[in-house]
Amino acid sequence: APHDLRRPFKRAAISDQQRRRELSLQRQAQHRRDAQHQARCLASFLNPHSEPEPEPEPEDSPKELDVRHASKLKGAEARKWFARQLMLPEWMIDVPDQLPQDWYVFARPAGKRCFVVSSNGTTADQTYYVIDMVCWREYSLYDCTAEFRFFWLSSKLAETGACDPPSQYHRYRFSPVPVYNCDQAGLSAAYTGAVPYVKDGLLFYNKYDLFFCSVDNAGNAPLALVWKDENCSQYVIDTDSKGQVPSQQQVVLELQDNGNLSTSDDPPVVFGCLDQAFIEQAESRSGNLLRFAIGDGGLSFVDGKLEKADLHYLGKSNRARAFADSYSKVMFQYMARHSPLRIDDLLASINSLSDQENKPSDVEMVG
Amino acid sequence: MAMEVTQILLNAQSIDGNVRKHAEDSIKQFQEQNLPSFLLSLSGELANDDKPVESRKLAGLILKNALDAKEQHRKFELVQSWVTLDNAVKAQIKTCLLQTLSSAVSDARSTASQVIAKIAGIELPQKQWPELIVSLLSNIHQQAANVRQATLETLGYLCEEVSPNVVDQDQVNKILTAVVQGMNASEGNNDVRLAATRALYNALGFAQANFSNDMERDYIMRVVCEATLSPELKIRQAAFECLVSISSTYYEKLAHYIQDIFNITAKAVREDEEPVALQAIEFWSSICDEEIDILEDYGGDFTGDSDIPCFYFIKQALPALVPMLLETLLKQEEDQDQDEGAWNIAMAGGTCLGLVARTVGDDIVPLVMPFIEENITKPEWRQREAATYAFGSILEGPSPDKLTPIVNVALTFMLAALTKDPNNHVKDTTAWTLGRIFEFLHGSTIDSPIITQANCQQIITVLLQSMKDVPNVAEKACGALYFLAQGFEEGGPSSTLTPFFQEIVQALLTVTHREDASESRLRTAAYETLNEVVRCSTDETASMVLHLVPIIMMELHKTLEGQKLSSDEREKQSELQGLLCGCLQVIIQKLGSSEPTKYLFMQYADQIMELYLRVFACRSATVHEEAMLAIGALAYATGPDFAKYMPEFYKYLEMGLQNFEEYQVCAVTVGVVGDICRALEDQILPYCDGIMTQLLKNLSSNQLHRSVKPPIFSCFGDIALAIGENFEKYLIYAMPMLQSAAELSAHTSGADDDLVDYTNSLRNGILEAYSGIFQGFKNSPKTQLLIPFALHILQFLDSIYMEKDMDDVVMKTAVGVLGDLADTLGSNAGTLIQQSLSSKDFLDECLSSDDHLIKESAEWAKLAINRAISV
Repeated sequence: APHDLRRPFKRAAISDQQRRRELSLQRQAQHRRDAQHQARCLASFLNPHSEPEPEPEPEDSPKELDVRHASKLKGAEARKWFARQLMLPEWMIDVPDQLPQDWYVFARPAGKRCFVVSSNGTTADQTYYVIDMVCWREYSLYDCTAEFRFFWLSSKLAETGACDPPSQYHRYRFSPVPVYNCDQAGLSAAYTGAVPYVKDGLLFYNKYDLFFCSVDNAGNAPLALVWKDENCSQYVIDTDSKGQVPSQQQVVLELQDNGNLSTSDDPPVVFGCLDQAFIEQAESRSGNLLRFAIGDGGLSFVDGKLEKADLHYLGKSNRARAFADSYSKVMFQYMARHSPLRIDDLLASINSLSDQENKPSDVEMVG
Repeated sequence: MAMEVTQILLNAQSIDGNVRKHAEDSIKQFQEQNLPSFLLSLSGELANDDKPVESRKLAGLILKNALDAKEQHRKFELVQSWVTLDNAVKAQIKTCLLQTLSSAVSDARSTASQVIAKIAGIELPQKQWPELIVSLLSNIHQQAANVRQATLETLGYLCEEVSPNVVDQDQVNKILTAVVQGMNASEGNNDVRLAATRALYNALGFAQANFSNDMERDYIMRVVCEATLSPELKIRQAAFECLVSISSTYYEKLAHYIQDIFNITAKAVREDEEPVALQAIEFWSSICDEEIDILEDYGGDFTGDSDIPCFYFIKQALPALVPMLLETLLKQEEDQDQDEGAWNIAMAGGTCLGLVARTVGDDIVPLVMPFIEENITKPEWRQREAATYAFGSILEGPSPDKLTPIVNVALTFMLAALTKDPNNHVKDTTAWTLGRIFEFLHGSTIDSPIITQANCQQIITVLLQSMKDVPNVAEKACGALYFLAQGFEEGGPSSTLTPFFQEIVQALLTVTHREDASESRLRTAAYETLNEVVRCSTDETASMVLHLVPIIMMELHKTLEGQKLSSDEREKQSELQGLLCGCLQVIIQKLGSSEPTKYLFMQYADQIMELYLRVFACRSATVHEEAMLAIGALAYATGPDFAKYMPEFYKYLEMGLQNFEEYQVCAVTVGVVGDICRALEDQILPYCDGIMTQLLKNLSSNQLHRSVKPPIFSCFGDIALAIGENFEKYLIYAMPMLQSAAELSAHTSGADDDLVDYTNSLRNGILEAYSGIFQGFKNSPKTQLLIPFALHILQFLDSIYMEKDMDDVVMKTAVGVLGDLADTLGSNAGTLIQQSLSSKDFLDECLSSDDHLIKESAEWAKLAINRAISV
């Protein structure tokens, strides 16, 4: 039979209900793409099948190396990305609650060893960190796009995520880096256990914040924490460009529009303020990274918040630097020089938690 | 029993409910107990000229319903039961039916025609009942007009039921010859001529070969055009219906006839009765549809790809067509704006004018402007309304450059008319026209903005004032505000609407509370406009959007208070809940898209979820689609915390997945499963057995609308990605389903565009499932389990590549799967990958794609493959 003649009259082509459906589908498709993308980023690092290649020497520490490469992205873009992904490990300046329940720990390979070439599997273990560099290096030959550098960056940042959460295993070896549950035994094993590489501190990894769900978390709880002392790292206190430990702690801060000197955190932590005359004299501009020494006045705190810092201007930072120091890095270094967080503090925290657990709970007798 | 049949059939039409009920039960019982005997009785009743016409008609109707049903699976069952009937029984029924075509009673003949066509629909594709068409054609040469009439009607229904490719061209030729001869002016009987004309409408799809033959086409077109001049209104109407159908089916064959058709249609539009005039206008609307499609296919880069060239019929007819359509605009009915079902010549003419504007663009403007200028200030409302409607109609199509100067002048006039015109009809059209101005000429893509800081205040004042007018005018004012807000969507961090936000929201909420808000869908329009205002809001007004949350929650809460509702009240409650859930969904999606607002919104999450659960509980067996959509948005915003709602929510999730009848609800629920997977990650594990069982059932069901199947496959991927290697236990079910669906969707040869689109969406779903599964298993000791599937997946990728009909979405997903496979299986699949075509030609093609998403996936796949084969 002939079709109905009536056509939509004084009506928009698409109903709002249809729009709601379509916008939901778009949102879901976008989130599926994001989840897939994140899963793939984890891949290129974790996959143990690849062949490592040598890497250029880093000038500072492994942390600096990350930053140096990250700087190949445009500064703002890279920073935004870091902040959003929360992938960079922060420095442990106090002990998280629930260490044994919520965290993994593993010995972090020192940067230097990452540069060793492996040909036939005998040293394959050390090559772990290097793999994504290879991807990148391999790819850098292909005139890759900005999107791809973004992709490379994410795989590089996946570095510390070497540990997908193990399911029922206590200790889980999917890669040459042994990952432990952060209970007393696990922490001791990571701290003292022999590994086929030189340790550079311990890396703590939160179990329940995988990379891709971290994007959605409003809280600022760090997902990965670095901690080190003299027993498990050669680089507890930062060295200068000549490899010497300077007499005073040095920090790199970013100069803001209003003269504030702030860290790379989001939101930034303000350490001090420069006046206009000084800024002009130092020929600095907003966004510049400036190097300071922390003087004898040190850092003062009120109610756990930074009140005042005794800063002494040293000069502009090395050009290769893309970011200011993070608050946790400055604090960790400060504590390392004054009152370091010790392995015993970590173990004590675990024990106090397990003590609580061992307390007998009330039992209702039913006779 | 046979003696009783007549009485039972009459009783089944009794006005006494008890009698009717009893008869219906008897009929049902008879059908269930002895189908062959039942069908024989019915066909006997229908064929018997001694029986009352009422029982004969109902007998035929029940017979028809025993052969066909709307629901696919029911239809399938009925066809099966017919096919398995004894041949002798079927033969006897058919004989009765053919015999009925000679009956003196026209209702009996007509009913028999329909039943015959249903049986033909089952049997002709099976090469059964070959004598049917022969027998029908022999009737055509009978003297008796009633037999010829019934036979032509039967041929018409037959062409509607049967696909053209099951009838031989030779028989097609004979059917068409009979039909067109029956339409000819030389046929003296109007009933025969009408039946033939209606039959041709259905037979046009069979006439491909005949329309390619100049002589035959000329003959058919001449007969159709002559029939449009018949003294009989129904014949003229049916003939124009044929012309409308020809305009879309044989557009490219019309050049030779278009001038004559224009003359015929113009005469009909101006002089004929409305049913005929409406068809005549529809002819031109249909030509516009065709040319808009063709010109869209031409697109920016003319590749000559379009199968059909544009003949620019509208452009050529423009100088005569536009005046003809403008005349129709003056034939409005008094209260057409209050009547939902209204359709008259003024509405059809205005709609056609809008399509003409979209077809020809700028050229229409100078032809319409004099009409507008002449009529817009006339004292007669019809002239002012017609002028306004003409203006509103041409706002889509012509370039902004052409329209903006005119609109800048008209805007002030329109705003004044909306405030001051004494006629509601004029105000309705004026508000609609303002909406069209904002829809097509306001937004970030338009170079010279028509809305400025200077006039924005006045526009909003007028629209908000107009929202207090009668419902149909207020509804159009809401619509105008909708597009006003939409135009500011991409406006950056600051919106021109910000200073008015509070006032607008307040006015819209006030509208929703109007006593008469259920008229002219005013309440719906107000909430939908509120949605758009929220969607297009900026951070500046985030706190006000947040403030809306408890307000809308309170409204939703109020809908839950009613007790013991009548079915009418229940429907209204459900509709209102839909609007409120829709509004909350939009708000959640807005607030959830940035961290600070999401954090603030989360304080309401528990209460909102509780409300949704109560909305679900209002119904016993179905799930509220809007509430389900809203839950998807909430799950995304809450993330892992959503786990706490799962114990209570799960049953509704399952209910939604089981809703085959309202497949939209099922589809929405499948999407929400994906949202929940991403929110909960492996915390969804305890629910996966239930979800997977239901999804697998859905996939195997032939009752579920096919459009839901691709998203179900994608959902497998979401689940696998969330639960990782725990997906292991579902592999033995999911993988064979994926494999067989992959085989089905590998080839599309001979498919029409719709099927190619569907096949691509199916491929995308399958590939997303593979992607999720591979990525989910990555770095697990259980990746070995996936090795056996690698060959098939690579072959699937190769075969869809060879088909060369992938769309961009599939291409991106496919090359991604190639990478996922390499990434997860590594050297285990290195050789297979190297042997596949996909890893070479297809990958290269994707690497050089202009689509950055495809390129990105391809670069990643290349990397993963290099790693896999380098070991």
